[in-house]
Amino acid sequence: MTKATSVSAQSQAVQSSGHVSFWHDQHKRRILADAVTYVFLTVMAIIWLTPIVWVFMESFNKDTSPYQATFFPREYTLNNFKQLFAERDVMNFPRMFANTFFIACCSCIISLFLLLCVAFCMSRLRFRGRRTFMNINLILGMFPGIMSVVAIYFILKSFGLTSGRFVILALILVYSAGAGAGFYVMKGYMDTIPKSLDEAAYLDGCTRWQVFFKIVLPLCKPMIVYQAISSFLAPWLDFVMVKAIARTQDNYTVALGLWQMLQKEYINQWYARFAAGAVCVSIPIAILFIIMQRFYQESVASGSVKG
Amino acid sequence: MADAAVTSAPSTGKRRRKVDPDGLLPSPYSAGNALKRGDLVTRLSFLVFGLGNLVRRQVVKGLIFLACEVGIIAYLATTGQQYLSKLPSLGTSAQTKVKVDGFWVYQKGDNSVQILLYGVMALFVVVFLIILAILSGRSAYKAQMVMSQGKKPASFMQDLRSLGNENAAVGLMFLPTAGIVVFTVLPLVFMISMAFTSYDKDHIVLFKWVGLQNFGKIFSSTSGDINGGLFLSVLTWSLVWAFFATFLNFFLGMFMAMIINRKTTRFKGFWRTCFSMSVAVPQFVSLLVMNTMLQHDGAINRLLVNSGLVSGPLPFLTDATWARVTVIVINLWVGIPFTIMQVTGILQNVPADLYEAAILDGANWWQRYMNVTMPYIMFILTPYLITTFTGNINNFNVIYLLSGGGPTPVGSSAGKTDLLITWLYKLTVDKSQYNIGAVVGIMTFIVLAIISLITYRSSGSYKNEEAFND
Repeated sequence: MTKATSVSAQSQAVQSSGHVSFWHDQHKRRILADAVTYVFLTVMAIIWLTPIVWVFMESFNKDTSPYQATFFPREYTLNNFKQLFAERDVMNFPRMFANTFFIACCSCIISLFLLLCVAFCMSRLRFRGRRTFMNINLILGMFPGIMSVVAIYFILKSFGLTSGRFVILALILVYSAGAGAGFYVMKGYMDTIPKSLDEAAYLDGCTRWQVFFKIVLPLCKPMIVYQAISSFLAPWLDFVMVKAIARTQDNYTVALGLWQMLQKEYINQWYARFAAGAVCVSIPIAILFIIMQRFYQESVASGSVKG
Repeated sequence: MADAAVTSAPSTGKRRRKVDPDGLLPSPYSAGNALKRGDLVTRLSFLVFGLGNLVRRQVVKGLIFLACEVGIIAYLATTGQQYLSKLPSLGTSAQTKVKVDGFWVYQKGDNSVQILLYGVMALFVVVFLIILAILSGRSAYKAQMVMSQGKKPASFMQDLRSLGNENAAVGLMFLPTAGIVVFTVLPLVFMISMAFTSYDKDHIVLFKWVGLQNFGKIFSSTSGDINGGLFLSVLTWSLVWAFFATFLNFFLGMFMAMIINRKTTRFKGFWRTCFSMSVAVPQFVSLLVMNTMLQHDGAINRLLVNSGLVSGPLPFLTDATWARVTVIVINLWVGIPFTIMQVTGILQNVPADLYEAAILDGANWWQRYMNVTMPYIMFILTPYLITTFTGNINNFNVIYLLSGGGPTPVGSSAGKTDLLITWLYKLTVDKSQYNIGAVVGIMTFIVLAIISLITYRSSGSYKNEEAFND
């Protein structure tokens, strides 16, 4: 359709281009506009891609010191990646990676379950206290989350979850336990599924659980994928909580580990390996994000209007 | 819904229970009714949980109620009571040395943090006990009413099964709510109560309630680590930052999305992929990289100096004004791709007939943009813009990872680019000023609540929900 209209516009322009001045010649004006557009987009694309390309190049840099004389490295090597995974005595990157993966998988499953339960209740069921729950939740959400970081640490400590391997369990709890509060987008999506489907099922003798599992959940699949990926990514991207809870390097996640590599005492030796680690972390996340992108647009459009 | 409330308002003047906003009628088995109309057993169920159920042959349910009560009271009588009684004073006895049999023995003193935390937890348990009492009374009353109608009260299995159907909301909401209470509400109550104590780096073990003194400190005009001037400057910068971060991102992002979306722009997918690459890289990576690139000896300064554009390195993050502009500009790099993705989705949904009508009426592109595109985008995105604005006031990552709040003047607790949220983090985690941190948190909450109330109530999608929905 785009092509057809542009062709017709061009033919119109060709027909009328007799003795008109430049600004009234649609054809020439369009070419100029296109040229400006492409120049603009190219410049912008370069600005946007430069830092990413730079980290990628830096991860193969033979010279491992942080501040170089040239913008891009001059000599390339695979050593940084080898060292990152082989030299484990100062910073155990493979261990961090495994930790993060485990935490992410567990909290993804738990938080998805909690979130779906709440979203279903808020969207499909009508019970006393529903509005109250939503209002209280809205107000709770306005308190800055970082405010409770210290408190959560004390609470976990009182349960004895802040030492040794229990920290992993503590982090899973922290990332997933409150997940029910983020039901808005999911609820917005469920609201768009016709209620008549549920009613038909109830007439056929379905219970509410059956409607939940057999009708609503399958229809929500796109949004479930989106939510699953975002709750999987949360532990990868968060470092505030880990920084407060994980006190020893055994329990670091990749975010905290990479942050640590750039601190004053490490940066001189670890800078190139930081870049290598960043590439290792970014590639799987980039793949997940490209999958997620499709659902992302939907979530904004549906979640924001229906409230 | 408002109508339902009006029509059900009592005409006789008799007080009645409020109708739920969803239009649900109040339950006939309320605690009030149970007290007023219940028999002796039902009323006693408020004290001895599950008594009514036990008498009316709902043995398992009654026993569960009873077991809960016994457990909770046992907890309160042993540990709970001990902390509750110390909660008003937050503990008084410091750690002491006593000579026992010729040896010095340390006697553990009170730990105020522990007392506060367990005290708040015990308060939660008391609230839970009261809720349980009401549930027990209501359940007993229900059993009584069912029996008086000559029917058999529901068996335990029936009750369990009802969790999957009539009471599905209870079954499904229990775990998520428990999670929210323990990991969101409890920490918040704990932190809020800290705002009224003297818990700072000088009072780590023993502290006491000080009322509104900390709020006074943050508004005071005296020069110190924390004062009114500093608070105002951080607050102003937070608002300015949130304003620019939200609206520059939105308008520039929309501009770019529309350029990509022009009819004659080719390779639309390619351009979009270019810009969404930066979304795919985790923020902590890209921001940390930016931070090193913008250092005095970093890659950007090298590039500029080597190419001869500037004579010396630019103070990207070391000069207050430079740093403020830098974080806003870098945030464009982070945020614009998000806007492009969203606006693209919405642009493709603008009803085409609106444009056709506008073209027939002879509207030029600017009129079409102002009267068709903008209203449509704004209608969908206003709630989103509000959340982005409040989200930006709380945008911890960009500031903390990029500038670290700096440059920080000597002797100040907040840097020139510190937002309320990063200031709060520094105060609590780095400086152990827990009480002031909590005050800053409460102030942040107040600011956010006011902003979202004002903007949301005056936005189009709140006043006119159905504008585009016919």
